[in-house]
Amino acid sequence: MRFIKKYLIFIISVIILGITFIFNSEIGITAVDTIGFSFKEMFTVLPPIFILIGLLDVWVPSDTMVRFMGEDSGIVGILISIFLGSAAAGPLYGAFPVAAVFMRKGVKLTNIFIFIGAWSTTKLPMLLFEMTSLGTKFALTRLAVNIPGILLISYIVNKMLSEDEVKEMYKNLEDS
Amino acid sequence: MQNKLFYILATVLVGISFFKDRNKTKIALMKAWKSFQNILPQMLGIITSVGIIIAFLNPERISSIIGSSSGWFGVILAAIVGSLTLIPGFVAFPTAAILLENGAGYMQLGAFISTLMMVGLMTAPMEIQFFGKKSTILRNSLAFLFSLIVAFVIGKVVG
Repeated sequence: MRFIKKYLIFIISVIILGITFIFNSEIGITAVDTIGFSFKEMFTVLPPIFILIGLLDVWVPSDTMVRFMGEDSGIVGILISIFLGSAAAGPLYGAFPVAAVFMRKGVKLTNIFIFIGAWSTTKLPMLLFEMTSLGTKFALTRLAVNIPGILLISYIVNKMLSEDEVKEMYKNLEDS
Repeated sequence: MQNKLFYILATVLVGISFFKDRNKTKIALMKAWKSFQNILPQMLGIITSVGIIIAFLNPERISSIIGSSSGWFGVILAAIVGSLTLIPGFVAFPTAAILLENGAGYMQLGAFISTLMMVGLMTAPMEIQFFGKKSTILRNSLAFLFSLIVAFVIGKVVG
């Protein structure tokens, strides 16, 4: 029963996919193509990221993480967060487990949001790809506006959460 | 290329870790597997449902709605479509290029690309699981609003 509940969205999607095939096989095939592509991406990109998460969890002491990305890490912490997010590979859902380990190690919340923002918008290989598809001017303009945006959003979200709410977030991750 | 680097890095570090402490390495790998297992069910759901949504939206149809003359109405529609979907970059950019060829406007594409990257409605349940409801709603709505600014600037600079 728990298994079914956990995989509910997946099961429903597969059923919808089946129905789509019956009524319009062309759309069904396109969907399967896209899904196949995403699966391939998932299984090629994610394994090393998760192995690195595991190693980080075991080997890097919290003190070190706090020093470089914690409460008093200042501009260094911001730059490291942007760098780590930009260097990462893979879709946004890969960023959450990494962020969770960072939080357990005492990285401060604004840096967590900056990391997630960078992961989603400033990846270098993606930027090169964006340049060739949509033009250099488009890609660079978007990047130039997005970077201050990431910082701004990170600080606003952080400000709007109360101290207790932040504590609660960190506590929840301890248990998971 | 970047992916290969990650594999090399992971392999080398596991090697060093194993050499230094077998037991710790075993724990690290088990933790890796556990975090993967944790996100697997939602990830499968996201991938399949997004695949179906994308298949229903063809470029011609989207371009006709978010053409360069569609103005802010088109921008907001593009932002909504971008927020709903979570497309891997290697699919998103060529798709955006096709949309451009089919008459979509730069401003509207700016909103589409920016929300595509920053706003994730499909990943929201997963984000809530990690960061809670309030933070997820705040981050995503701010990112949505911000994407409209991105669209405005891109419309001024590129369009």
